[in-house]
Amino acid sequence: MAESVLREVIPPVTEARHRSLWQRAWEAIQLPALALLTAFLVGGFIIALSDFKVLEALADTTSRLNAIGYILLVMTVAVLVGGTAFSRRPEIILSRLRFVGNVGQARWFGVVSAVLTIGAVIGLLVVIGFGPVLWLAWNAVTSAYGALLEGSLGNPLQIVAALSSGDARAIGLAFYPISESLVASTPYIFAGLAVALGFRCGLFNIGAEGQLFIGALTSVFVGYAITGLPAVVHIPLALGAGALGGAIWGLVPGLLKARVGAHEVINTIMMNYIAFRLSEWLLNGPMKRPGAVPVSPFIAESAQLPRLFPDPIRFHLGFFIALGVAAFIWWFLFKSRWGFEIRTVGANPNAARYAGMNIAFNIILAMCMSGALAGLAGANEVLGVNYNLANAFSSGYGFDSIALALLGRSHPLGVVLAGLLFGTLRSGGTRMQNVAQIPIDIIIVIQALVIAFMAAPAIIRAIYRIVKPGEGEVVFTRGWGR
Amino acid sequence: MAPVLELRNITKRFPGVLANDRISLTLEQNEIHALLGENGAGKSTLMNILYGLYQPDEGEIIVRGRPIKIHSPSDAIRAGIGMVHQHFMLVPVLTVAENVMLGDEMLTAGVFLDRRGAAQRIRDLSKQYGLEVDPDAYVKDLPVGVQQRVEIIKLLFRNADILILDEPTAVLTPQEVNDLFKVIRSLVDQGKSLIFITHKLKEVLATADRITVLRAGRVVGSTTPAQTTEASLAAMMVGREVSLEVEKARAKPGEVVLSLEHLEVLDDRLNVAVDDVTLEVRAGEILGVAGVQGNGQTELVEVITGLRRPVSGSIHILGHDVTGASPRRITELGVAHVPEDRQRDGLVLSYPVADNIALQEYYKPPFAKGVVIDEQAIQKEAARLVQQFDVRTPSVQTPAAALSGGNQQKVIVARELSRPVKLLVASQPTRGLDVGSIEYIHQQIVRKRDEGAAVLLISSELDEILALSDRIAVMYRGRVVAVVDAETATKEYLGLLMAGADPATTPAPERRQRVEVVT
Repeated sequence: MAESVLREVIPPVTEARHRSLWQRAWEAIQLPALALLTAFLVGGFIIALSDFKVLEALADTTSRLNAIGYILLVMTVAVLVGGTAFSRRPEIILSRLRFVGNVGQARWFGVVSAVLTIGAVIGLLVVIGFGPVLWLAWNAVTSAYGALLEGSLGNPLQIVAALSSGDARAIGLAFYPISESLVASTPYIFAGLAVALGFRCGLFNIGAEGQLFIGALTSVFVGYAITGLPAVVHIPLALGAGALGGAIWGLVPGLLKARVGAHEVINTIMMNYIAFRLSEWLLNGPMKRPGAVPVSPFIAESAQLPRLFPDPIRFHLGFFIALGVAAFIWWFLFKSRWGFEIRTVGANPNAARYAGMNIAFNIILAMCMSGALAGLAGANEVLGVNYNLANAFSSGYGFDSIALALLGRSHPLGVVLAGLLFGTLRSGGTRMQNVAQIPIDIIIVIQALVIAFMAAPAIIRAIYRIVKPGEGEVVFTRGWGR
Repeated sequence: MAPVLELRNITKRFPGVLANDRISLTLEQNEIHALLGENGAGKSTLMNILYGLYQPDEGEIIVRGRPIKIHSPSDAIRAGIGMVHQHFMLVPVLTVAENVMLGDEMLTAGVFLDRRGAAQRIRDLSKQYGLEVDPDAYVKDLPVGVQQRVEIIKLLFRNADILILDEPTAVLTPQEVNDLFKVIRSLVDQGKSLIFITHKLKEVLATADRITVLRAGRVVGSTTPAQTTEASLAAMMVGREVSLEVEKARAKPGEVVLSLEHLEVLDDRLNVAVDDVTLEVRAGEILGVAGVQGNGQTELVEVITGLRRPVSGSIHILGHDVTGASPRRITELGVAHVPEDRQRDGLVLSYPVADNIALQEYYKPPFAKGVVIDEQAIQKEAARLVQQFDVRTPSVQTPAAALSGGNQQKVIVARELSRPVKLLVASQPTRGLDVGSIEYIHQQIVRKRDEGAAVLLISSELDEILALSDRIAVMYRGRVVAVVDAETATKEYLGLLMAGADPATTPAPERRQRVEVVT
C-alpha cells in the first residue's frame, strides 16, 4: 500500500529528468538575462539624464508649469507610487479587499497593473507638457544604443548591400564591426574561463590581469627571440610559453593557499602588482625595442596567429582556439575525474577530504590552470592582434573577466556567451562614443551594474519577483565576503 | 466553540513532489495537538505554510472562524501564530531581553529602548508560565533548554496564542525534555493552544491531547494517546508494521580487524581529546562506543578514518599500520565511514544523488574509465542503490540538498555499505532520523556484521548502543573507562560510567534487563 502512495507522489524518473533539464536551462538563463536587461535600463536613464538637450528641455518645461501642471505632476507621482506598490505585491492588497483567488491570478493582476502604470505615467507626463522631453530622452537613448549595436554588429542594410554588390572590399567593411567584436571577445573568453575555473574550485582568482601580463610577456619573448621556426612549431610554442607564464603566476598564490592557508584574494592582487611592475621594467630594459617608447620588438611572422580574412579585418585563429579551449575546459570540469575532484573541493572541501581527495593538490592544480588560461588571453592578444607588447596593453581584460565569469555562471558555455557579449559591448562602445557622443564609460557603468546584480541576485529576484529555486543552487565560490 | 485554528484542504506542490495533499487539521482551544510523521512526510512544509514562509497552492487557513491569508511571518504573528524552529533564531551576544525585543522593540519617548520595561514583562511572563528565564542573562551563557524557553518567551511577548514547536526535543537532554513538557502543560492550562511536531512516539503519547499522523503528504489518521500504542503509531507513520527491536543472533567474533594501541589525539584547540586509548574490534562483532557527546568520540573516529593525525600510539587495520595514513589509503583497505555530520562531511549537497553515490569510488572502474568519468555507469549504479536502499528521491539527478535528512543519510549508507566492507565506522548513524529509517539502518549494520565486517558504532543514544552492540566501550574525558559485554550491561550502569563513575567501585549489574529501542 505504501508503494502505491509513493508512485502517485513521486513522478517517474524520466519525466522528472526531462523537466529538470528545461528548468535548469531556464534557471541558468533568467537571472543573467534579467540582470543585463536591468543594467541596460538603468544605463538608459543615465544616458537620458546626462544628455544636455534633455536637461535643457526639462528645465524649460518645468519653468513654464502652472498650478494645474503641478497638481498633475503630484498626481503622476501618486500613480507611479501606488501603481508600483500594487504591481509588486498585488496579492496582499487584493486579500485586504477580500478578493478570493489564487496566487497565480494575483500575479497576472500585478503584470497588468505594471503595464497600466507605465502607460498612465507616460500619458500624464505628455498631458502636463513633458512630451518633448520624453521624446528627446527616447532619441538620446535609442541613438546611443543604436550606435552601440551598429558599432558592434554592423549595419544590416550595409551588409545586405555589400553582399548583393559582391564587392570583396565592401563586404569586408560591412562585416568589419562584427569581426572586431569577435576579436575583442577572444581574450575575454580565455580570461573568463580562467576565473570560472577558479570559482569551480572555490578560489577567487583576482589575479587574472597579472597572469595575463606575464603570459603576454613570455609569449612575446618566445615570439621575437626565437626565429627561423616554421609557424606550426612556433605558434604552439609561443602560446605554450604564455600559458606557462600565467601558470607560474597562478602557482605562487596556489601554493601559498594550499600550504599555509594564505588567502588567494590577497596574494593574487599582490601578484598583479608584481606583474605590472615587472612588465614595466622589462619593457624599459631587457625587452625594450631600440627607440624612445617602452615597447617590445615585433614577434617573428612565424609566431603570428594567422588572420583569416584580408585587411582590414583582424579576425584571427585565436577565436577558434578560445572556443576549443572552452570545450576542453567543459570536458575537464564535467567529464574528467580531475574536474570532479576540483568541483568537489570547491563545493564541499570537508566532503572532498572525507572522500580521500587531496585538497592541496587540487587547489594548486586549479590555480595553475586558471593562471594558464589567463596567460593564454595575454598570449592571444600579443600573437594575434598587436604583434608586440606595450605597457598597459590589456586595459582590464583580467578584471572584467571576474564579472564575466559571474555572468556566465562559471560554466564554460556561459563564459563563451558572456565573453561574446563583453567583447561586443567593448567594440561597440567606441562607435557609440564617436557617433552619439556618449562617453564609453557608460559601458563600464553597465558592466558594473551587471556585476552588482549578479553578485546580489536578491535584487533581481526582488525586482522581478522571481521565486528562489529552493535547493541545489550552484555555489559559485566560497569566501565571498568572508 | 469554533476551533482556534483550522486548516482546510491545504495542498502544496514542489517540482516533482506533492508535499502536502489536501491536508485538513483543526486545533482546539487549550489543546496540545501532535503532528507526527516521518522525515519528508510534509510536516515542516505544512507548518511553513502556516507561518507564511510558503504559500499554499490550494486550501484555506481559518483562525478563530475567520479565513486569513498569511504571506509572511509577520502576518502569522499578527494572527497570533508563533513558531519555535528546530534551530533557534537567537543572537548569542545579546541578552535575553534584547533578543526578545528584537524586531518588536519597546521604546520610551519613541527612540530609546525600554530595556527595563521589557525585562519586567519577560519576568512576568516567565513567572506566569513557570519558564524560569532571567531577562538580563546573555543568551550565549544559557544551556540549550533555556534558550528554547527564550524562543517561547519571544512568542508570548508578541501575544501569540497558537504556538508551533518544530521538533523541540531533538536538541534537549532527557532532563530538559521533562522541563519542556511541564512548560508546555502550563502554557496550555493558561489558554494557549499548541502544535507539536515530532517523530518521537514516546513523547507524543506522554504529552499530546490529539495526534495527527502524516505520511507522504497526506493525513493518514487522527487519534488520541488513550486509543493507540507506540506500535500502531509507528505502523501508521511508516505504512507497515515496524519492528521496534533489533533482531540479531549472537556475534561470532573472528580475527582482529581494527586495533588501536595507546592512541593519543588532540582536538582543534590542541587539548587532549583521546587519551591513551587501546581497543580492538574483531570481524563479525559490533563494538559500541558510549559516551556523552564531546568526550573524544569525534576525534577517535577522525583519527581512525585518516581525517586527523594522532600524537602518539598506533592504528592497525587488518595488520597494516595505518597510523597517520591518508583517508584514501584507509578507504581502500575496505573501511566504510558513515560520518557524524552528514551534511558537512558525507555529502556534497549541491551534487545530484548519483554523484554523491560515486563520491568514494569516482576514480576507479566502473565509475571512471581512465580519466573519463562514466556518467552512464554512475547513474545506473545510483539507480540500483536508490532502489535497493529505498532512497526516496524524484530521480538520481536530484541534488542531495533537496532530500530529507533521512534520505540523505540513506544515500550515505547506500554508498558506504555497497562496497566490500571489512570495517564499518558508523558515527551517529541515525541521528535525527525517523522510525522507518532507523529500523532500516540498524538492519543494515547488523547485516554487515553478519557478513563478517567489524563494526565500530559511535552513538550518543544509549538505546541505540544497547540495541546493536556486542561489546560496549564507555568513553569519558578521552579515556575508555570500561569495556563491558552488552549482554550484562544496563542503561543505568552505562549511564553511571558515562557520567564519570569509577568502574572499580560501581556495582556491575548481574543480568541484562530487557531494553527497548526508543524511537
